[in-house]
Amino acid sequence: MKLIDHTKVLKHMKPRIVSNIFFRLLFMAATIFGLLILGILLYRVITQGIGYLDFQFLQNLPSRKPEQAGVKTALIGTIWLMGVVAPVTLLLSVGTAIYLEEYAQKSRFTRFIQVNISNLAGVPSIVFGLLGLTVFVRALALGTSVLAAGLTMSLLVLPIIIVASQEAIKAVPKELREASYGMGATKWQTILHVVLPAAIPGILTGGILALSRAIGETAPLVVLGLPLFLAFLPKSVFDMFTVLPMQIYNWTGRPQEEFQGVAAAGIIVLLTMLIIMNSIAVFIRNKFQKRY
Amino acid sequence: MNATIEKPRVRLVMTDTNRDALQNKELVYKTSELNLWYGDNHALKNIDLDIYENEVTAIIGPSGCGKSTYIKTLNRMIELVPGVKTSGKIEYRGRNIFDKSYGVEELRTRVGMVFQKPNPFPKSIYENVVYGPKIHGIKDKKVLDQIVEESLKGAAIWDEVKDRLNENAFGLSGGQQQRLCIARCLAIEPDVILMDEPTSALDPISTLKVEELVQKLKKEFSIIIVTHNMQQAARISDKTAFFLNGEVIEFTNTDKIFSNPADKRTEDYITGRFG
Ligand SMILES: Nc1ncnc2c1ncn2[C@@H]1O[C@H](COP(=O)(O)OP(=O)(O)OP(=O)(O)O)[C@@H](O)[C@H]1O
Ligand SMILES: [Mg+2]
Repeated sequence: MKLIDHTKVLKHMKPRIVSNIFFRLLFMAATIFGLLILGILLYRVITQGIGYLDFQFLQNLPSRKPEQAGVKTALIGTIWLMGVVAPVTLLLSVGTAIYLEEYAQKSRFTRFIQVNISNLAGVPSIVFGLLGLTVFVRALALGTSVLAAGLTMSLLVLPIIIVASQEAIKAVPKELREASYGMGATKWQTILHVVLPAAIPGILTGGILALSRAIGETAPLVVLGLPLFLAFLPKSVFDMFTVLPMQIYNWTGRPQEEFQGVAAAGIIVLLTMLIIMNSIAVFIRNKFQKRY
Repeated sequence: MNATIEKPRVRLVMTDTNRDALQNKELVYKTSELNLWYGDNHALKNIDLDIYENEVTAIIGPSGCGKSTYIKTLNRMIELVPGVKTSGKIEYRGRNIFDKSYGVEELRTRVGMVFQKPNPFPKSIYENVVYGPKIHGIKDKKVLDQIVEESLKGAAIWDEVKDRLNENAFGLSGGQQQRLCIARCLAIEPDVILMDEPTSALDPISTLKVEELVQKLKKEFSIIIVTHNMQQAARISDKTAFFLNGEVIEFTNTDKIFSNPADKRTEDYITGRFG
C-alpha cells in the first residue's frame, strides 16, 4: 500500500495545527466574553448596593426613605412562595414522571402528553401569568395571595421538573428493575425501593434549579397584580404578599438616585439566594452521583 | 433452608408424563407448543421442553437463537418487552403460567433469576440479600439475619463478606457480586433458579466457584442455565437442550448429546463447526 505520500502529510501538518490553535482561542474568547459581562454586572451591582446592605436592610420594612428601606417583606414573601411551589411541583411532577415512565403504556396518547409537556416548558412566563390571573386570582377568587401566585409559579416550572424527573427515572439501569421484578416485587415496590432511591438526586437537582427560576421570575407576578409595595407580612397562604423581584422592580422605578443603590442591594440578596440554591443542587448531584 | 418460613410446595400428579424418563423425578416445567413473537420476529417456534426437579438443564445454541427469550418466558420477565406475543402453554407445577388468574408476582416468588451481568442494588450487602424476603412481607429482624447468613453461605460467599455486610455491594468484585446475586435469589427460597449466562462476565476462578455452586444447589432446587460454554454445559448439566433459530433441535441427557448427538446440526455446533 502506497496510497499515502508522507512528505505531503508533513506539509499539511502546519495548517492543521494553526487552525487548531485558532479555534482554541476563538472558543476561549467566547467563554471569556461571557465571564467578562458577568463580572461587570456583578461589579456594578456590588459597588452600588454594598453600601446599603447590612443587617438592618434585611430586617427593615420597605420605606419611602431610602436609608430606612428594607427587604424584609419581600424576602419573607419569596420564602412563602417557595413554600407553596416546592411541595406542589415536587408532588405533581414526580407523580407525572412516574406515571409516564413506569405505568403508562407507550401509546399515541402518552406521546401526545409528552410533546405537550415539552411545549409547555417553552411557553413564555407571561402567558402563565394570564392563566393564573383568570383561574386562580379571579375564578377561584384567591386574590393576589401566596396561594394564587404559588400555584401560578408551580404551573410555570412544572414542565421543567417533570422532564428532569423523567430523565432521572430513565437513567436508572433496567438491570436493577429486572432484579427487583425477578424476585416477585410489584411495580410499586420496585418504584419505591429501587427506582426512586436511584432517581431522587436527579429529581432534586432538577427541582432546585427550577425553583431558583421561580424565585427570579417577575412577569407572571406583575400580571397577577402583586403589590409593589407592602408593609406587612403574610400570615397564611391566603394573604397578600410581595417577592424580591417585585420589590427590586419597584425600587428601580423610583425617581430618587439613592433607590438605585437600594435596588442593587436587593439584587445582591436575590443573587445570594440563587447561588445558595444552585450550590445545594451541585452538592446533591456530587454527593449522590450515580454509583452504578 | 430456614424452618421459620414455610415452603409451600404444591405437588400435583402428572397424567401425561413418561415415568421412565422421569426417573421418579417430578416435572417442574412443561412447555408445550410455545411460540413467541417480538412484533413480527418469530423468536420461539413450537418449543416443547420438560424440566425436572433437582436437575440442571443447560440451554445451548448460537447467538440470537432464543435462549434468553425462552428462559425469560419461564418467569414471564419477557412481558417487560413491549409488543411481545405468545401462544402455547407453559405449565409450572401443573398450572399454566399464561392463565389470566396466575399472578406474575406469585410465579416469580417461586422462580428466581440470575442475570448475565451481576446486578446488585446500590445498597449494602445485607440489604441486597433481604430485598426479596422484605418485598414478600417478612419483617422479623431475627429471621432476616438468619436468611442473610444462610443465603450467603449457600452462595459460597459468606466467609468473604461476613465482616462487611453493611458495606455497599458495589465494592465487591464482579465474581463476588454475581455470587451475591445468587444469594439474593436463594433468599426468596425459590423452587427453580433460572440463570442466563451467569459466568460470562467472570474470570475462570469465579466461574469455577459458580459452577461448583450450581452442582451443590441442584440438590435443593431445579436449575435452568443458559451457557455459551460447551465444557460448562457438559460439566454441570444433567440435560441439555440445543436451540437453533428459535427451535429446539435436540433435547436429551447431557452425556448423550455431547458423546452421540442425534442431529447433524447439534454435532456441528458442539464441535465448533458453526455458531
Ligand atoms: N427486546 C427485543 N426486542 C425485539 N427482538 C428481540 C428482543 N430481544 C431479543 N430479540 C430477538 O429475538 C431473537 C432471540 O434473541 P435472544 O436474546 O433470545 O437470543 P440468545 O439466544 O439469548 O442470544 P445470545 O446468545 O446472544 O444471548 C433474536 O433474533 C433477537 O434479535
Ligand atoms: Mg442471551
